[in-house]
Amino acid sequence: MDFVLIQFLTGLSNASALFLIASGLTVIFGVTRIVNFAHGSFYMLGAYLAWTIVRAFWDWGGREPYLFVLGVLAAAVVVGLIGVAMEMTLLRRIYRAPELFQLLATFGVVLMIQDATLAIWGPEDLPLPRPPWLRAFIDIAGSRFPRYDLILAIIGPVVLALLWLLFHRTRFGILVRAATQDREMVAALGVDQKKLFSGVFFLGSALAGLGGALVLPSQSANLQMDLSIIAEAFVVVVVGGMGSVTGAFLASLLIAEVQAFGIVLLPKITLVLVFLVMAAVLMVRPYGLLGKPQAHARAASGAVEPTLRPAPNILGLAGLAALLIAASAPFWAGAYAITVLIELAVFVLFAASLHLMMGPGGVVSFGHAAYFGLGAYGAALGLRYLALPMEAGLVAAPLFAGFFGVVFGVFVVRLSGVYLAMLTLAFAQIVWAATFQWVDVTGGDNGILGVWPSAWAADKSVYLWLALALCIGGTLLLRRFVFSPFGYGLRAARDSELRAEAIGLDTARLRLAAFAIAAAAAGLAGGVYAYAKGSVFPTYISIPKSVDALLMVLLGGVQTVTGPIVGAIAYHGLFVGILQATAYWRAALGLAIVVLVLAFPQGIAGFARDRWERARGLEAA
Amino acid sequence: MLSVSRLNAFYGRAHILHDVSLEAASGEVLVLLGRNGAGKSTTMKSIIGIVRPGAGSSVTFAGAEMAGRPPHEIARAGLGYVPEERRIFTDLTVMENLEVGRQAPREGLAPWTPERLFAIFPNLGRMRDRPGGRMSGGEQQMLTIARTLMGNPRLILLDEPSEGLAPVIVEEMANAIRQLKQEGLAVVLSEQNLHFAARVADRAVIIEKGTVRWQGTLATLEDEPEVKAQYLSV
Repeated sequence: MDFVLIQFLTGLSNASALFLIASGLTVIFGVTRIVNFAHGSFYMLGAYLAWTIVRAFWDWGGREPYLFVLGVLAAAVVVGLIGVAMEMTLLRRIYRAPELFQLLATFGVVLMIQDATLAIWGPEDLPLPRPPWLRAFIDIAGSRFPRYDLILAIIGPVVLALLWLLFHRTRFGILVRAATQDREMVAALGVDQKKLFSGVFFLGSALAGLGGALVLPSQSANLQMDLSIIAEAFVVVVVGGMGSVTGAFLASLLIAEVQAFGIVLLPKITLVLVFLVMAAVLMVRPYGLLGKPQAHARAASGAVEPTLRPAPNILGLAGLAALLIAASAPFWAGAYAITVLIELAVFVLFAASLHLMMGPGGVVSFGHAAYFGLGAYGAALGLRYLALPMEAGLVAAPLFAGFFGVVFGVFVVRLSGVYLAMLTLAFAQIVWAATFQWVDVTGGDNGILGVWPSAWAADKSVYLWLALALCIGGTLLLRRFVFSPFGYGLRAARDSELRAEAIGLDTARLRLAAFAIAAAAAGLAGGVYAYAKGSVFPTYISIPKSVDALLMVLLGGVQTVTGPIVGAIAYHGLFVGILQATAYWRAALGLAIVVLVLAFPQGIAGFARDRWERARGLEAA
Repeated sequence: MLSVSRLNAFYGRAHILHDVSLEAASGEVLVLLGRNGAGKSTTMKSIIGIVRPGAGSSVTFAGAEMAGRPPHEIARAGLGYVPEERRIFTDLTVMENLEVGRQAPREGLAPWTPERLFAIFPNLGRMRDRPGGRMSGGEQQMLTIARTLMGNPRLILLDEPSEGLAPVIVEEMANAIRQLKQEGLAVVLSEQNLHFAARVADRAVIIEKGTVRWQGTLATLEDEPEVKAQYLSV
């Protein structure tokens, strides 16, 4: 029984930190509808700032507990102000942009904060020196339990109570709750949204900063804190119900206890466990434990999805020319250029497959890398266990990914909006965790090596032609789907589910079919990539990989079929190629993302199309 | 007090309002009459700024130009808006809903307090701590008006206040509107129900297909059966 009690207490103290972060995220989402990726970065900044501020206080007045408390609070306030600065300079300009653009913009901030932190505090982990009162233990049921962890366990419920008072006993809190339900009505009643949003950002960011500062004594400040916590915080927010603080509290208890016991009882699947819990909760309660169906945001005036039309002939000719130039590369370019061209072909198909879901399908996948990775692993596992040759492996890749596309898709297509995006993220994390932790089968972190093409395609030039044939062929096939009756039905289901069903379309099935096709296409891209690299790794399925795909599609423009192709080439060719050469490439990339989101809310191709049509006197859609 | 001239509004590329012009004097009850989809709600939403008026539109209120300003500034200038869908905050109690609407007192007007409002809407006073989501349609309708009054408006826009209410409640609503007029408020309401309009309003503006077709006092309208037949009968 002692073991149960101790693990339970450990879970409680972890739950507190998780709740602080998740409550900030959920409050921000509730009012502003922004899914703030940078929230994990605020948590990380909280830890680093506390490291600096608490030590400065201690240098001045000795290692006193009250100075620790003051330092932690000061760090939280500073992080809150940084959050306000981000809201006022960046987010305020894009509240009306599509939600994925907002998400990408905040991801740009993640990258910038990573490099800023690296520049200011350096790459080393920074532990806080622990005076005796921070190291003390308490006897509980015959076991020693860290006193600080016990205090942490109490802080969670205390903060919940304070937040409850804030939301029910102050005008600010009442306005926040009202705005969570209907911010347009709040504005029509004379409340300035800008101030309200800034206030909410201060509160939410300060909570994240407080969480980061409070975990500093038990973990040191490090540069991996941001992305490692953000996935968990998303899970907690989604499981609790987006916008619900009490839900976030219950969910953080659930998740932290599952982790605390899972790490002892099921150590092999700890990473998967959290996401399995989330997937299970969302299947039973699609809006989380205490969430409500999101009020269907009435389309703001003018926000009608533009019609998807075939590109003008001249673009087709340009595409053909580009293809010919790429195919003739072996005759004029070096080995490195050929490698880059193979990658480009792969990413064009990868981006096009995501576009099928996001554009015509209206299904925003936040974990598209899963299917890319499943394709790559399908080929590699086929080689390892069935000794499949490359030809069979390239058939197995899309089938393997498509199969999982159907399995995951069954659950995904029932949801919509942010919940859907988060469930796709959860499935991607499950796949990632499986490849990472299931070492016996997948080789874990070391991946699977020796995935080489057959002898006839071993030459780089031949493989380039093969990659072009498969990837460009696949992309053209996807385009064919978009302009087929299937594609029309899919778009009808996206634009008005009820009307589409009323004329006899099975919308869930259409979406599932699109999901499976997109997964299979991404799988083919993954398979081609695996043989090009000769190896597969879990990083193929990581969050940044999914973000890569989103960036390609969104930068290119989701409203055109050409968009993702342009986006893939622009992103992979320019940003990765040029920016990675600089020391602070993350900050440069982040800045580029932010600038692009601000400058081209329709994407590059959408922008170009508008200009083109305006110049020719056609009416923009 | 309120002067709307050449108001145009668009949803996407659909042109909804065509050069709508109307006036409402202080202490007057003006009714916008018209069938479903005639443009009454859009007129109100454009006045309060939820729908952005097209170029060239002018909405002056108490001498200041409102067109193009954000809704919260227009509301703070003393223009209250009560939407057709009521849009009560269902998680908030009656008192909390009123708090969201509260604004600073306005010069020359006795400030509204929950107690004064409960004198007009006695039902609300008996359910101060009830969440908005657990109230009947009629109670919600009273609450949405009371909530807007907490902002101490000089003029209140009421979008179809009698819609979907039981006859007894409609009677209460008519009394409430007459009381607001007595308090010195200007009221602009939209209606499809001519009988209700005739009991509360001084003047009428008839809108059809986003265009003003007729205006005059309700007494005059009684003598023009062909106008009624053309624009109002179903």
